[in-house]
Amino acid sequence: MMDIAKLTIDGKEVEVERGATVLDAAAKADIYIPTLCYHPDLTPFGACRLCLVEIENMRGFPPSCTTPATDGMVVRTSTEQLQGLRQGIMQFILTEHPHPCLTCHRLEHCKPFDICLRHVAVTERCVLCPKNERCELQQVARYLKLSEITLPYESRELPIERGDPFFDRDYNLCILCGRCVRICQEVRGLGVIAFTFRGHQALPGTAFGRSLKDSDCHFCGACVDVCPTGALIERAGRWYTLPEREVVTTCPYCGVGCQLKLEIKDERIIRVIPQRDNSPNWGQACVKGKFGLDFVHSPERLTSPLIKENGQFREATWDEAMDIVTGKLSQYQRGTEFAAISSAKGTNEENYLVQKLARAVMGTNHIDHCARL
Amino acid sequence: MTFAEIRERAVAEWEVMERSGKPRILVGAATCGRSAGALDVLQTINAELAKRNLDATVIQVGCIGLCYIEPIVEIAKPDRPRIFYSGVNADIAVQLIEDYLVNDNPRPDLALGALGEGSLDGVPQLFDLPMLQPQVRVTLRNCGFIDPEDTNHYVVRGGYSGLARALQMTPEQVIEEMKKSGLRGRGGAGFPTGTKWEFCHRAVGTPKYLICNADEGDPGAFMDRSVLEGDPHAVLEGMLIAAYAIGASEGYIYCRAEYPLALERLDIALRQMKELGLLGDNILGSDFSFHIKVKEGAGAFVCGEETALMASIEGKRGMPRPRPPFPAQSGLWGKPTNINNVETLANVSAILERGGDWYAGYGTEKSKGTKTFALAGKVTRTGLIEVPMGIPLRQIIYDIGGGIVGDKAFKAVQTGGPSGGCLATDLLDISVDYESLTAAGSIMGSGGMIVLDEESCVVDVARYFLDFTQKESCGKCVPCRVGTKQMLDILTRITRGQGQPGDMDLLLSLGQTVNQGSLCALGGTAPNPVLTTIRYFRHEYEAHINQKRCPALVCLDLITFYILPDKCQACMICQRSCPVDAIKGGKKLIHVIDQSKCVKCATCYEVCPERFSAIVKVSGETIEVPEEPIPLGAEE
Repeated sequence: MMDIAKLTIDGKEVEVERGATVLDAAAKADIYIPTLCYHPDLTPFGACRLCLVEIENMRGFPPSCTTPATDGMVVRTSTEQLQGLRQGIMQFILTEHPHPCLTCHRLEHCKPFDICLRHVAVTERCVLCPKNERCELQQVARYLKLSEITLPYESRELPIERGDPFFDRDYNLCILCGRCVRICQEVRGLGVIAFTFRGHQALPGTAFGRSLKDSDCHFCGACVDVCPTGALIERAGRWYTLPEREVVTTCPYCGVGCQLKLEIKDERIIRVIPQRDNSPNWGQACVKGKFGLDFVHSPERLTSPLIKENGQFREATWDEAMDIVTGKLSQYQRGTEFAAISSAKGTNEENYLVQKLARAVMGTNHIDHCARL
Repeated sequence: MTFAEIRERAVAEWEVMERSGKPRILVGAATCGRSAGALDVLQTINAELAKRNLDATVIQVGCIGLCYIEPIVEIAKPDRPRIFYSGVNADIAVQLIEDYLVNDNPRPDLALGALGEGSLDGVPQLFDLPMLQPQVRVTLRNCGFIDPEDTNHYVVRGGYSGLARALQMTPEQVIEEMKKSGLRGRGGAGFPTGTKWEFCHRAVGTPKYLICNADEGDPGAFMDRSVLEGDPHAVLEGMLIAAYAIGASEGYIYCRAEYPLALERLDIALRQMKELGLLGDNILGSDFSFHIKVKEGAGAFVCGEETALMASIEGKRGMPRPRPPFPAQSGLWGKPTNINNVETLANVSAILERGGDWYAGYGTEKSKGTKTFALAGKVTRTGLIEVPMGIPLRQIIYDIGGGIVGDKAFKAVQTGGPSGGCLATDLLDISVDYESLTAAGSIMGSGGMIVLDEESCVVDVARYFLDFTQKESCGKCVPCRVGTKQMLDILTRITRGQGQPGDMDLLLSLGQTVNQGSLCALGGTAPNPVLTTIRYFRHEYEAHINQKRCPALVCLDLITFYILPDKCQACMICQRSCPVDAIKGGKKLIHVIDQSKCVKCATCYEVCPERFSAIVKVSGETIEVPEEPIPLGAEE
């Protein structure tokens, strides 16, 4: 069987490996197809129906995200009929999602995040959406250039779930793309959330509607990271809008070394987003990396070594502190008087050095590590 | 055991029963019979036989499809034709035992029909009855005539000979035989069965699975239930043949839990098959091994969709997924899987028994064989029928169904359940086959056929079906979840008299988006009832939207009840019957309906004595009546 499929998309020829989808092939040919439920880390779902395309010799409008690219395929991604169909489907989505951010008559007069006092109902104002201008739905809807939205929006009128730590769940903004459900099941292996109810009542949720705390959630925040709208949102950074700059760094918590992207505004970390294209974490983090970096801004955080003299701490330099430590340690180099406990925050190499110090310098085998305790 | 031994034993036991000289009483006790009181009849018969110390064999059988005159009891006495009695209740049962069993008077006055050698004056042959005469029963060949809990009955009537024949053939030959028969999937989509098997047969991977789809969900369709209750072995034999052809070693029957009797019968049949060596390892001494598990569905319409069904068997939420990959490549647990509907499989066993050519002798060029239909609605003879493909719709409704109840005018027939469409009078002469129904905007579907008369409002019917699909949508894809809701909102508005100009165009455009954009057939076909009713009954929509009038006088918000002052005799019957005290009046005071209180329950309309007929139901017009009760005769 051929391992390469050569297909034509909108007149462009493109070659992809076997197993790639039509959407992958289009991306390779630099052709944008709008998507919402698609996410590169998840198995294709085919639910949002925005990536529908026309393929010669195939019936109807197959979704490009689930259709395997095969040799000789002729694909069209932006015929007039497809545009109309996508616009119709986007209109359907917007009947379930407040959208004055797309339709407000002040749109052209306002700058992003201008204070808005009266033009739209309070709960539906663009500035009161925590994902405003960061929202994938907003971007795709703008791309589709809906000329008018005639179908009525009907609020689900659900209370915002604020009972859990770290993030809020506002299912009034949910578009049922299923990314949260899939990432929890497929990537995190937990399945804390699933679709509940059917028909127009269907929504992601926990078993029996319990809180996440009571549903085995590890609060890794993966669902928040993949949510295309403001339905799942970090509570701490909720109102910070767009970051001023981003910093990629290594998580300080443990030796795994997860790569995190810090979003910075006013010299504060407003959000932490695990880096998708890096080892070792490939877009994932744990609760500490995702939600635990606020200690950086704690006024109680130590910024220099302290030395206790006469019952009082005083600030000292690193040289001074190290002299005291080495001076004192050298008095205990006789095996039984010294023990070392090292930390999982250190890397393997650092932990190796600790035991080397204990055995070779301090002459003891009393060594332990917090990961064992 | 070999098949010859099984057959020999069955025939021997059957002959023992025949020669015993004992009368046989067969009670139609499928779910339909039971809801008409068959179990009471059965109990009475058993009690009466015990009381009189009579020796007779009493058997519960399935449904012969004459739902409108259940319960049906058949009595077979030696040297007499078998006689079928309809509408039997406990009293009649006692009479039949007294008159026929004891005194040998077969009571022609109570008899529906006779079957077998000999005749009885005044009693027609059963299959000459107008409802049965045009029918060709393949799927339903045994329903109502055999004991579904006794394998011997099935075997004596040719059962499992199809399997025995298949096992002598190669799987490729079996597939060829299916292709020759022209059988197409009876679950609704009509995909050629032989081709479907071939895909799975050729697919790489083990084990392969065969699934029997018994998740019959269309409102008004009950053929699968009837076959499972009346002739489970026909389906199970079909499963064995299909499994042999595709090379499957594991099978599932996905049957809805709302069919307890079908599940019970399946359970019994599977146990018997294992005992006879018809299930398990080395079936009938061959190399072919097959195991069947029954999975009970929890009652979701969408789980009849094959990918949702497989997800449900896997223990996941029943939601469809896009194809490809098709189940034949990657189905249950990622393995090659073939899914056939109950009716398809019941045909398979008959085809292998009698040959593909025989089956292809029925039907049209592209739609071969026979099809069952659940005939319901405003038709005189409702029930389960089986006809050759290509029969005119008119013949089903008028000859088999006996026309419209109460000689009212025919308005439309809804075929294919919530996924189908409403066909109007001028389509009565179309041929009932896959192509013609699709061309008319409807579908064959699983065979629901609901007849509407002039008193049915097609807008309301469309709203009803859309309400069903909207609620049964799994919620996964946007067009189905949201589009059906939006369309339903518009239809509801129209039936409430709040329709706006342009609503019809909007419905057509939304319907197109839902149809083209949906992930599975549930959403894809959900707009059909709306689209076809707009196509064939545009004037009714216009009446609702423009004149706020429901021509069929059904939509509650558009109808008004009036008491005509010149006809009212102040009898106070309606006043006393009104559940909301909306009727003012009194002795010698003609009555007046307080429209602000009236809930339009039509109770007054029904109780007003016919000789007065003082109450009228109107839509889109106002009748001048006094506001307050006035003395009788004052208006003249």
